[in-house]
Amino acid sequence: MTTRHDTAASPVKGGAAPGRPPGGRASAEADRKKRAKLSRRWQRDMRWSPYAFVSPFFLLFLAFGLFPLIYTGWASLHTVELTAPTDMKWTGLDNYTRIFDDEFFWNAAKNTLWIGVISTVPQLLMAMGLAHILNYKLRASTFYRVVMLAPYATSIAAASLVFVLLFGRDYGMINWVLDMVGLDKIDWQNGSWSSKFAVSTIVIWRWTGYNALIYLAAMQAIPQDLYESAALDGANRWRQFIHVTLPSLRPTILFTVVVSTIGASQVFGEPLLFDANKGASGGSQHQFQTLGLYLYEQGWVNQHLGRASAIAWAMFLILIVIGILNAVISRRLRASS
Amino acid sequence: MTTTMTKPPADAAPEPPRRGRRRSKAARAGGTLHAGPIAYIILALFTIGSLFPLVWTAIAASRDNQRLAQTPPPFWFGGNLFDKLEIAWNDANLGEAFLNTTIVAGTSALTIVFLSTIAGFAFAKLRFRGRGALMLIVIGTMMVPPQLSIIPLYMMVAKLDWSDQLQAVILPSLVNAFGVFFMRQYLLQALPDEIIEAARVDGASSWRVVWHVVFPAARPAMAVLGMLMFVQSWNDFLWPFLVLTQNGSPTVQVALAGLGRGYTPDQSLIMAGALLGTLPLLLVFAIFGKQIVGGIMQGAVKG
Repeated sequence: MTTRHDTAASPVKGGAAPGRPPGGRASAEADRKKRAKLSRRWQRDMRWSPYAFVSPFFLLFLAFGLFPLIYTGWASLHTVELTAPTDMKWTGLDNYTRIFDDEFFWNAAKNTLWIGVISTVPQLLMAMGLAHILNYKLRASTFYRVVMLAPYATSIAAASLVFVLLFGRDYGMINWVLDMVGLDKIDWQNGSWSSKFAVSTIVIWRWTGYNALIYLAAMQAIPQDLYESAALDGANRWRQFIHVTLPSLRPTILFTVVVSTIGASQVFGEPLLFDANKGASGGSQHQFQTLGLYLYEQGWVNQHLGRASAIAWAMFLILIVIGILNAVISRRLRASS
Repeated sequence: MTTTMTKPPADAAPEPPRRGRRRSKAARAGGTLHAGPIAYIILALFTIGSLFPLVWTAIAASRDNQRLAQTPPPFWFGGNLFDKLEIAWNDANLGEAFLNTTIVAGTSALTIVFLSTIAGFAFAKLRFRGRGALMLIVIGTMMVPPQLSIIPLYMMVAKLDWSDQLQAVILPSLVNAFGVFFMRQYLLQALPDEIIEAARVDGASSWRVVWHVVFPAARPAMAVLGMLMFVQSWNDFLWPFLVLTQNGSPTVQVALAGLGRGYTPDQSLIMAGALLGTLPLLLVFAIFGKQIVGGIMQGAVKG
């Protein structure tokens, strides 16, 4: 290609002016001839290569994304043991009635909801505030941005193990601080709400900085004149934030809410490691067992893969409902503005 | 006037002392305000909050178990750090775990970057039937969490006898719609149609265009996507935890999860393991932090 390029665009050298018609008349004619010769191959290339470029993604998606998702639904209608995962026996909707009758399913659903709320709402609010500050003119602004991402670089496993120690009942740093300021120590692992709060803290710690960067990016894309005209209208900083920043961020906020909601519905590693010896039960009273953990317990501890599949599909349906709700709410918001 | 004021270049710091009301009003109008002391205090708090658990991991790893079971928790380093790191390295099979994780994360990141770039290029710059619908599918797949598919994947792994084999972790991780979306957004802006046209006029086939035009133009975004995917794969937990075992061929995360179990776990040892597992990525972030931040923000604008 490079040699041909040289002959076609020799006077300009190296394609310095893209869009400029190529060289002299003679070379253009030769070019046309060559193209006519190649035209059949050319057409085939133009028609099919786009599909060749996107097909690896879709093939992988079919094999490891869509097929397993649908097959989960099929498996949920069977009895499947972990020890013989290929041996399936039809049971109809039994798995579903079993899990809907299980109080621990509803307990896990409730825990997932609460941990989701406790982790997502403060996280996004803090991220918004943080992004607002990072949008100021700052000394060493890159330093802060990188530092905010350090928790994101930390794995769930490493973060959970550290927070277990920090939240320790007898010797943990957090209880020591509470003791210093004259408050009672809290049994973080065994309390119903305190354990949810502690698990949520791990999620908040890992994701706040990341979301702040996303908000910051969106804030920087807001045109300056919007602020200028708001200032001319006499809006102070707070009102500028409410009336200019927030409306401009609406799509981004929606995006982070959707992503965080999906993430919150899948929380697994943090509660699993928060009490490593209780493992899948999520605390002695199942007080922080999430749906992800419940799925793991049914499938890999109790060895009922069929029931675990039913849980996965129940989670999928919940996500679809949330997605529809989200779409409806955002449409309402858009219509009202 | 205001535009020049609200977008001061680098020389903004030694600004002329007081130009009166007009300047302050102009400054108030912008999103680019100078930060006051309160802003710096809040930032300092967030900085401490972000870094403290990491620093304390190192502190705890440098102490022994008895010291961690005393009431004022340690605030400064003890002398055991390197001993503990060595024990953790050997106990948790971390050497092999590092090798495995590097293979998994490296293969997965490189493949995702390659496939995402060609697919992103097709979606951004080529015209073909069904493009819009296929792109919608790509976006839709981003909304379905991979965790919901683990049971059939587990059955596949059992059938193929792939447990404790790295391809069992690598292959499912290659499905990555975010990468396709990210590269599409980047190439939409960064790759002018004229350059592709010029290459076409020169008789370049689509593959040649990809090699000689798209890849050079996409290199910055490819690097960022590669780093993001490497981090994601390095930290992936649930799926490796299901198909790899601690004594087989664990990734770092699987090895770390194994450290936390046992009736009288050695806490400082656990912290040493957590520190070892986190350090490589923290180093990457310390070196390439600016680029990674830029990449995340770039991917976010239209996300």
